[in-house]
Amino acid sequence: MDEPVIPGQGESGTGGATDRSGAGSVSTDAVMSGQGGSGTGGAKNVSGSMAVSSDAVFELSGATVRYGPLTAAVDGVSLRVRRGECVALVGPNGAGKTTVLRALLGLVPCASGRALALGRDARAWPRDALARAVGVVAQREEPAFPITVREAVEMGRYAHLGAWRAMGTADHEAVARAMRRADVEALEGRWVATLSGGEWQRVRIARALAQEPVGLVLDEPTASLDLKHEMELFELVADLVRHERLAALVVSHHINVAARFADRLVLLAGGRVVADDTPERVLEPARLAAVFDWPVAVHRLPDGSLQLYPERRAPRAPGAATP
Amino acid sequence: MKRPTATAFFAGLVAAALAALALGVALGAAPIAPREVLLGLLRRGDPTATAIVWSLRLPRVALGFIVGGVLAVSGAALQALVRNPLADPYLLGLSGGAGLGAVLALAAGVVSAWALPAAAFLGALAAMLVVYRLAVVAGGALDSRILLLAGVVVGAFAGALLSGVLAVSEASQVKTATLWLMGGLGGVGWPGVVALAVYSAPAIAVLVAEARALNLLALGEEPAQHLGADVARTKRRVYVAASLLAAASVAAAGMIGFVGLVVPHAVRLLRGHDHRFLLPAAFVLGGTFLVLADTLARTVFAPLELPVGVVTAVVGVPIFAVLRRRWTSR
Repeated sequence: MDEPVIPGQGESGTGGATDRSGAGSVSTDAVMSGQGGSGTGGAKNVSGSMAVSSDAVFELSGATVRYGPLTAAVDGVSLRVRRGECVALVGPNGAGKTTVLRALLGLVPCASGRALALGRDARAWPRDALARAVGVVAQREEPAFPITVREAVEMGRYAHLGAWRAMGTADHEAVARAMRRADVEALEGRWVATLSGGEWQRVRIARALAQEPVGLVLDEPTASLDLKHEMELFELVADLVRHERLAALVVSHHINVAARFADRLVLLAGGRVVADDTPERVLEPARLAAVFDWPVAVHRLPDGSLQLYPERRAPRAPGAATP
Repeated sequence: MKRPTATAFFAGLVAAALAALALGVALGAAPIAPREVLLGLLRRGDPTATAIVWSLRLPRVALGFIVGGVLAVSGAALQALVRNPLADPYLLGLSGGAGLGAVLALAAGVVSAWALPAAAFLGALAAMLVVYRLAVVAGGALDSRILLLAGVVVGAFAGALLSGVLAVSEASQVKTATLWLMGGLGGVGWPGVVALAVYSAPAIAVLVAEARALNLLALGEEPAQHLGADVARTKRRVYVAASLLAAASVAAAGMIGFVGLVVPHAVRLLRGHDHRFLLPAAFVLGGTFLVLADTLARTVFAPLELPVGVVTAVVGVPIFAVLRRRWTSR
């Protein structure tokens, strides 16, 4: 077996999951991860209400979300996703990942702190205006009635059309562009129920792109996909982030894939941000072992990226005298 | 799968509707030759034929068309609301409430021509409000699953009370109530037709305005929200408008089953689930279906008349069985 590589920033490893208080401030420094200045260029369909100077598409600052009076599902979380940036939200079950998304999409109120989409309080957005700015591929979706792929993608235009307006040239172009971008043109006439898991996810991304958003939220987009389709999907998202300068926020349990595609990993545990930094800095064995409550090693791949590697438990041999 | 184009399909529906309306006016208990009917329509013929055509058959056919259309639109919208293609306008407890209201009015000895429909309408509204209250969860949102459950529970409760009232009523009243509940399109006349039309138009407009949002709702409530639909508002509007339509149809014509279930289902199978097309198409097909069913009800055992609800059930259930098979075989 190759040797575990422990990344070099020694002293921060001591705390593991306990050095949470410091982690919140990490996020604000970390956002200047290389592609700062080019912000003004692409605010294409964002209305004039964008008063913020930064190009943050998603922003939580000290956000706390409670579902009951006692427990905070999300507790003082700060994070920021800017245009041209892919951020992966990782952490164990019940860490509050989905709640973070719900807060950012204005689906739950913050008990304290703020949740902003494009600088505006997420709860203050009308649903249709938010849908013109942010496309979402949610975790669960089951069409109750059969629809075709084209019908599904055209639904992405709802926020632009409203109740009465018919599809115009701009709408048809947006749909065609989105279908080309997500490579689902060949599926156009298929019933969505007949698609494979990977095809269906691509169709849903095409639908989100038809909204012509500046931000993309994906909740466990590859949970049921095989290796090839998972890689394809992440390549597509990475490509959209690079070339269309979308802001992508991806929730994933697949830390290793997320680490290879994301500019930053936000590690969440118990509703708090444990780390928010480049994958290189976040994937630190002691911290991950503490957060996931399982022994892990971290290896470096030939391409230089780090990969998390869960250890087997030491075998216990009851009674038998085997070595 | 090949579908007829929307325009062709709709043109076919309208042609069928016109044929059904013509048939409904031409046929009836009193044998009047087609020529006489035509002359009667133009008010040029025999005065008796003219009177039968204008004050009996035309309002009856018109009422049948509107009631059938209203039931089908209501059913189609509720199916989208509860995300279940097998939902029906009476599913949400309205029938029980309407029946109870009518029977209470009868038991109280109210006999005026407008009292029974009014009481049924009030009963349906009361049931609707109770179901609505039960289904509102935290934050003022309607929970579609609780909506279904509450509808069944309230309907059963009203049905039990109805049986109780009937048990202590006089036999003649029981027969009146039972016949009325079984549904019929006679005896309402032009004022009833006009009242129903004026009342239904805005409710149908509300549903058509939500058609695109209903398309999104088929994906699930959260995906619909992500695509820009105000789901809570859509659900409230659709539930209230569809229920008001069903309540009005009960008041106008008693309980007529299966139109609201079979007709939207047929359109869904033939032309898909785009509610912008489905709702208007369901209205036309529902009207056609009920006019034909009523024509059968009037003529098969003439001069005796079957309750039209019996005909819609006898015709509707086999159609439903066939459609249901096609549905699952897709």
